[in-house]
Amino acid sequence: MPMPEWLRVRRGKDAGGRDAAQWSKCAECGEMLYRRDLAANLYVCSRCGHHFRIGAYDRISTIVDGDFTEIGGEVQVGDPLQWSDRKSYPVKLAGDREKSGLSEAVVCGFGQIGGFDVALGVMDFHFRGGTMGTVVGERVTMLLEEATRRHLPCVIFTASGGARMEEGMFALMQLAKTTAAVTRFMADGNALITVLTDPTTGGVSASFAFQADIILAEPKAMIGFAGRRVIEQTIRQKLPEGFQAAEFLLEHGHIDIVVERRLLKETLVRFLDYTAKGAAQRARAEAHA
Amino acid sequence: MNPFMDREKALLELERRIAELRTASADQPVDMSSEIGVLETKYQEILRDVYGAPTPWQKVHMARHPNRPTSLEYIAGLDRFDELHGDRHYEDDQAVVGGAALLRGRAIVAIGQQRGRDTKENLRRNFGMVAPEGYRKVRRLAHLATRLGLPIVTFVDTKGADPGISSEEHAQSEAIAQCLIAFTTATVPIVASIIGEGGSGGALALAIADRVIMLEHSTYSVASPEGCAAILWGDASKADEAASHLKLTAQDLRGFGIVDEIVPEPLGGANRDPSGVVTRVLEKIDAALERLETLPAQRLLAQRYEKYRRIGAWARETAPAGRF
Ligand SMILES: [Zn+2]
Repeated sequence: MPMPEWLRVRRGKDAGGRDAAQWSKCAECGEMLYRRDLAANLYVCSRCGHHFRIGAYDRISTIVDGDFTEIGGEVQVGDPLQWSDRKSYPVKLAGDREKSGLSEAVVCGFGQIGGFDVALGVMDFHFRGGTMGTVVGERVTMLLEEATRRHLPCVIFTASGGARMEEGMFALMQLAKTTAAVTRFMADGNALITVLTDPTTGGVSASFAFQADIILAEPKAMIGFAGRRVIEQTIRQKLPEGFQAAEFLLEHGHIDIVVERRLLKETLVRFLDYTAKGAAQRARAEAHA
Repeated sequence: MNPFMDREKALLELERRIAELRTASADQPVDMSSEIGVLETKYQEILRDVYGAPTPWQKVHMARHPNRPTSLEYIAGLDRFDELHGDRHYEDDQAVVGGAALLRGRAIVAIGQQRGRDTKENLRRNFGMVAPEGYRKVRRLAHLATRLGLPIVTFVDTKGADPGISSEEHAQSEAIAQCLIAFTTATVPIVASIIGEGGSGGALALAIADRVIMLEHSTYSVASPEGCAAILWGDASKADEAASHLKLTAQDLRGFGIVDEIVPEPLGGANRDPSGVVTRVLEKIDAALERLETLPAQRLLAQRYEKYRRIGAWARETAPAGRF
């Protein structure tokens, strides 16, 4: 199968050149960064180390070795509640498709990381704030089911504002659906690794993000169940700086490691290596039995 | 704002006058039955007018009514209940109550979110908003149920999981995520009843079930109407509008196949006949368990998987190609 166009573009000599003329301002230190340099530096500020939010296809191109075969692209939402407030839900979706270049808030598929075959799911905050509706739930479930069939480990990058309001209870039910898929995947002896990126909250945080065997997070990523604003309104006081940051969660024992983006791939490779060795050791033990 | 407040006052006033006339007529030879009759007709008219076809936002208030039966009333309707306390780690969260019980002679584990009726009780029960310690208690009880072969019966009644500082520090997400796993993998029948408000992941943590029962005027939604309005429009006061969008009524959810059956309430809501409603819900739970307990565990798990696997799986058409 030929390499998909988006991956070829990102791997070519002119990587980052799609928007070469653009500059981006670092939200943390204010530095003006040349878009091409920023892409080459994995969307991390070269001055202060701030991790920019990164699109799903950019993420995949920085993580997988070679090719990536997407699955679930055909899964497309209807409008189950016939939702319409300031705009109708289909109009909101069309707008986000146009803006983000994505068909939905997660991209799922298969590829290799450091020579290990993996199932890979990557959420993208630029589409409806990475919220989980029926498409995200269905694609993640399909990914886990296919990974179970192939006996492959699964890596999921999360970035989500929670469940998608416009799909109401259908969105909430995706927590149940993905959980069901996670339990079957795990019962079959496969490893789930999640990488929590900025932000990971609500329904995604309260389901597969925190059901993983190994939980990594990017520096300063905001991670929690309730959003900052909701908590502040409830307790009627300002939350301290760094509350719900990845480092806060590490300190409180919620996650395994905070990993800088430039070290992320090699970290994943090391854990995939343990996973593969474990599977081989188990197979050998079973052969003796 | 409670949309019923004025009308409820009028109803209470009528109730009071009818009772007064009854007492008075018992003591006196004068026949007041016609006056009483007029007031009672009026009373029924207002009742039908106010509660006959409640809007979603009115249902939210019926679901939150202080006199609506709470988990403890349902638990009191069981043959026997022995409360079990704590998460075995840190605390005994009073916003959720659970223990071993008998329902019509059948041994079960019963678990319910518990809100208070007054300020004092609400402080103790944290308004029915469960903290991570509470969800860890629930998970422990679900494991206990599986270990001992006791079906799980839950009563859902919460605005949502507790959104406080210590809940975040104690990993609310993880606590709920693990509850979801415990209910998904429990090898005993699970029956969940939405008796009041079912708010978000905090409700779902007790509601992954083989049979989901919902009271006629309960609500169950992806977020509370206030939360939804705040998320979408940055304005919690537009909650009534959010309620109408969310499709949070029992009738909507039965239509979606997310809820399996609806238990009717008297005109005016469950608070008008608490013991009758409790009895009817317990009968439904009993009937559901009767059917479910004949299934072997593997069948039960497969059926539960399929039930949740199907929700939203209809959404398959050809996607517009990504632009990349
Ligand atoms: Zn910077």
